[in-house]
Amino acid sequence: MTGAGGPPAAEVVAAVRAVLAGIADPEIPAISIVDLGIVRDVTLARGRLEVELLPTFIGCPALDLIRATVAEQLEPIRANPDSGIEQVAVTISFTEPWTAERISDTGRAALRASGFAPPEAGPKLLSLAAPATCPYCGSRRTVLENAFGPTRCRSIHYCTACRQPFEQFKDG
Amino acid sequence: MIARARLPRDRERDLQKATSELLLALADDDFVLGFADSEWTGIAPHLEEDVAMSSMAQDELGHAAAYYGLLADLSAGDPDRIAYDRPADAFRHCRLVDHGRGDWARTMARRWLYDSANAVRLEVLAGSANRPLADLVVKVRREETYHLLHGEAWLERLARHDGEPRRRLAEALELVGPDAPSVLAPLPSEALLVDAGIQPLPGAELLTRWSARIEPVLGRLGLDLPAAAPAALDPRTARSGHGAAFTWLWTEFSSVRALDPRATW
Repeated sequence: MTGAGGPPAAEVVAAVRAVLAGIADPEIPAISIVDLGIVRDVTLARGRLEVELLPTFIGCPALDLIRATVAEQLEPIRANPDSGIEQVAVTISFTEPWTAERISDTGRAALRASGFAPPEAGPKLLSLAAPATCPYCGSRRTVLENAFGPTRCRSIHYCTACRQPFEQFKDG
Repeated sequence: MIARARLPRDRERDLQKATSELLLALADDDFVLGFADSEWTGIAPHLEEDVAMSSMAQDELGHAAAYYGLLADLSAGDPDRIAYDRPADAFRHCRLVDHGRGDWARTMARRWLYDSANAVRLEVLAGSANRPLADLVVKVRREETYHLLHGEAWLERLARHDGEPRRRLAEALELVGPDAPSVLAPLPSEALLVDAGIQPLPGAELLTRWSARIEPVLGRLGLDLPAAAPAALDPRTARSGHGAAFTWLWTEFSSVRALDPRATW
């Protein structure tokens, strides 16, 4: 329960989730942090709102920025006395690993539309060996140029069908 | 006089100290290797390798930061202080990562030796009774998969090119090989860690598993790994008595902190 007369906790959490769904990943702004699957849980108990984030890669330098953005975007909700929120905690969790399977279908479509191949589904070592699907022409006649790309979560590929280099969002 | 049975509280304290020792070893290994490998940024043999090496160095620093975080949770400390405010001789990284990066062959030989040994250690720690450590290790292992594939590809590439590449690789293995077992050498408080399930298997068992894993690769490529240096297996010396290469690296990585302790980026 929240403060007397305020909305129930579930309603506040839903409002928080709606705000999170509008926060873009700083390195690939086409996808939201919710569609990317890095929001593990949102809980409100005894006035403490906790947003639990799963890093795509442990050493991701964008994490601090994402945490600060989440706190900033939630400030209007926190500042509303009816929300029952006294404190906002944005935490990093390793309770379960972030994996490519956490990317939503909407997220996958958003990645493709901005020229990124979403990670292949399935066991990780098999997905590493499988050719990525070109986000431009849909061909699987592609080669891995470098498993390490411009950021920790991206690898570099080349499509031999449409002769385009492209990037894939890597499984963490 | 009859020996007094150890009180549970004493055991709790000893166990916390042993856990800190394990976390510090894991953290310092990745921290020191990450900094050593980051020296290739801008000067790796080609652009793709520059990106790969920098990425792996960044991973190692990320892993180290996470281990220092667990250590800080245990001791109510600050991860940055643990990482940057210790004198060089308080670091507990293993002898393998104490060597300077040397040439590309040495860096690759060291990476492959470290990644293969670290994989064995992490596989066991994924079942640790210390839940936060086990959870973190599950994630670290997923990232290390990329490192191991990279290291094996380079080992193969250098070994299969007679002449300078193979000669340099052989020299590198000759130099750093004797120290490779130091990654898995027993920690001074190993018995306690194994007993409590925090490190489910002893170092001796990890070393056996590692040998079984790397011997087929070495055999296939016709490479020799020299016998272990006694100091690399001794719990008293495997992680202490650092050399000049580390003193230099320590001065480098602590220089910003020394200039301005409050600096952030």
